Amino acid sequence: MIHDTTIVFSRELRPVLRDPFSVIFTMVQPLFFLVLFSPLLPEETGLQWFVPGMIVMSCLFGAGSTGGNLLFEMQTGSHERMLVSPLRRSALIVGRALKEIVPTMVHSVLIIAITIPFGFRPHAGAVFGLLLLAIMCVGLGALSYSLALASKNKEWIFWAVQQTISFPLLLLAGMLLPIEGGPAWLQFLSKLNPLSYLVNAERELFNGEVFTANVGLGLLAAVGVAALGLWVGTRQMRHAVA
Amino acid sequence: MTDTMIRTSALTKRFTVKKETVEAVRGLDLRVMRGEMVALLGPNGAGKSTTLRMLTTLLPPTSGEAEVAGFDVVTRQREVRARIGYIGQGNGAGHSQRGRDELISQGRAYGLSVADARRRAQELIDSLDLGAVADRVVSSLSGGQRRRLDIAMGLIHAPELLFLDEPSTGLDPQNRANLQEHVVRMHAEHGTTIVLTTHYLDEADALADRVIVIDHGKLIADDTPERLKADHAGDRITLTFDSEDELRRAEGHTLGITAARTGLTLTLRADGGRHLVQKLMRGFDEAGVHVSAVEVARPTLDDVFLALTGRSLREENQA
Repeated sequence: MIHDTTIVFSRELRPVLRDPFSVIFTMVQPLFFLVLFSPLLPEETGLQWFVPGMIVMSCLFGAGSTGGNLLFEMQTGSHERMLVSPLRRSALIVGRALKEIVPTMVHSVLIIAITIPFGFRPHAGAVFGLLLLAIMCVGLGALSYSLALASKNKEWIFWAVQQTISFPLLLLAGMLLPIEGGPAWLQFLSKLNPLSYLVNAERELFNGEVFTANVGLGLLAAVGVAALGLWVGTRQMRHAVA
Repeated sequence: MTDTMIRTSALTKRFTVKKETVEAVRGLDLRVMRGEMVALLGPNGAGKSTTLRMLTTLLPPTSGEAEVAGFDVVTRQREVRARIGYIGQGNGAGHSQRGRDELISQGRAYGLSVADARRRAQELIDSLDLGAVADRVVSSLSGGQRRRLDIAMGLIHAPELLFLDEPSTGLDPQNRANLQEHVVRMHAEHGTTIVLTTHYLDEADALADRVIVIDHGKLIADDTPERLKADHAGDRITLTFDSEDELRRAEGHTLGITAARTGLTLTLRADGGRHLVQKLMRGFDEAGVHVSAVEVARPTLDDVFLALTGRSLREENQA
């Protein structure tokens, strides 16, 4: 299993290693938000509040859309070729999902590096924050791959569902604006969103509070999403027919 | 070592499309021996690819059984997968990857060490003439180059049994000839058992030791191309005349063989065409009928398909 997962993981990672700049091109979205949106935020929030949210956002959109790569491989034929190979089906999903850690970490570090000159000051707890993020992106990646497998050869279904889900998740997690001042129903919906707990945890971790209840909830949310994603993904890959 | 590489009994696949049940493969009984090169021939939608997908563990059968390389395709999928090579209709190599990288990771997937996978990849790159493009991104390769890379991918672990699904669809005649040459060579050099599907008659004729004709999910003939032609379709004799009058007179001297008429030509089907033509011509001579052109053609697999189904495979493919 580890052998097979390693093969799938390194295969997925290879195009990224061959062409590292491709990773940077995929992170324009959070950069736009940093440059064009964060200046509009009220004084008291600022970068200390905003940057941790942006990091989760880059994971949501990066890992969340990675199923598109699998969809492309389903259309061109390499997915079918791998289904016929003796690689374990579970490795086909786990290896792919684990690979999401790499671009997510690169994006996060770049976002932090870019914002430091503008006054962002991450606390050492951020390291633990990145770990939580890595767990979450494995889960989101696996869910995205599952969605690709479920869409079969109907590409539009994948993108329609992915977009339809991503935006409410983004807004309800309070990545862009604080949820606390919102109406009760919105706060309630926010509590149903696992990303809300991760965003809260990241904010506390990046600002130096490590052993808090919110961090614990964030960890739980990340592990929960990862477990769900891998479970659903493995089930789907096992039953994948081509 | 078993000598039977593929054995199926009553293999059946039903799909439900919009509440309607379609029987793609109906009770197929196949047997392929080690070292054979077999073509599954039939029109589009005949069930060839569905059969191949069941044999390669991609699709579970609805009923019936199939054993490939000695293992059941449902209960022993991993064993089957480890022993077969599969070259599908699409591109095995990922379009965003580089060819050599994909060959090596494919080798690793089949249990080769990194060093062995590298060496084997290089061997195949050389023998399939991919040296110039192996380190380029797959999406930048031409159709023919990609197809050769697909073959290399399917051969990385030197499988004892290789499946090719419509290997030359979409290739120009030169690349098709080139690909067929590789298939023949691999069969000759390594004794690989090969099962391919095709709707190209000439391809089945040129490559296969044995042709299995499939139509509407059923096996309708199974023999060597030569025997199929001899059993199901005679030689075709085409006679052309200068005038309607000559043709009409000639019709009375066809030695009792029914002749089909189109314009100023008569077409006769019979065994031993060359010998028969001489007899026909003597008869025409004696009757004073002038024949302006004579053509004797050996039967093709299309004639066989026509004789078996009443439809021309060539026309089916164009439709």
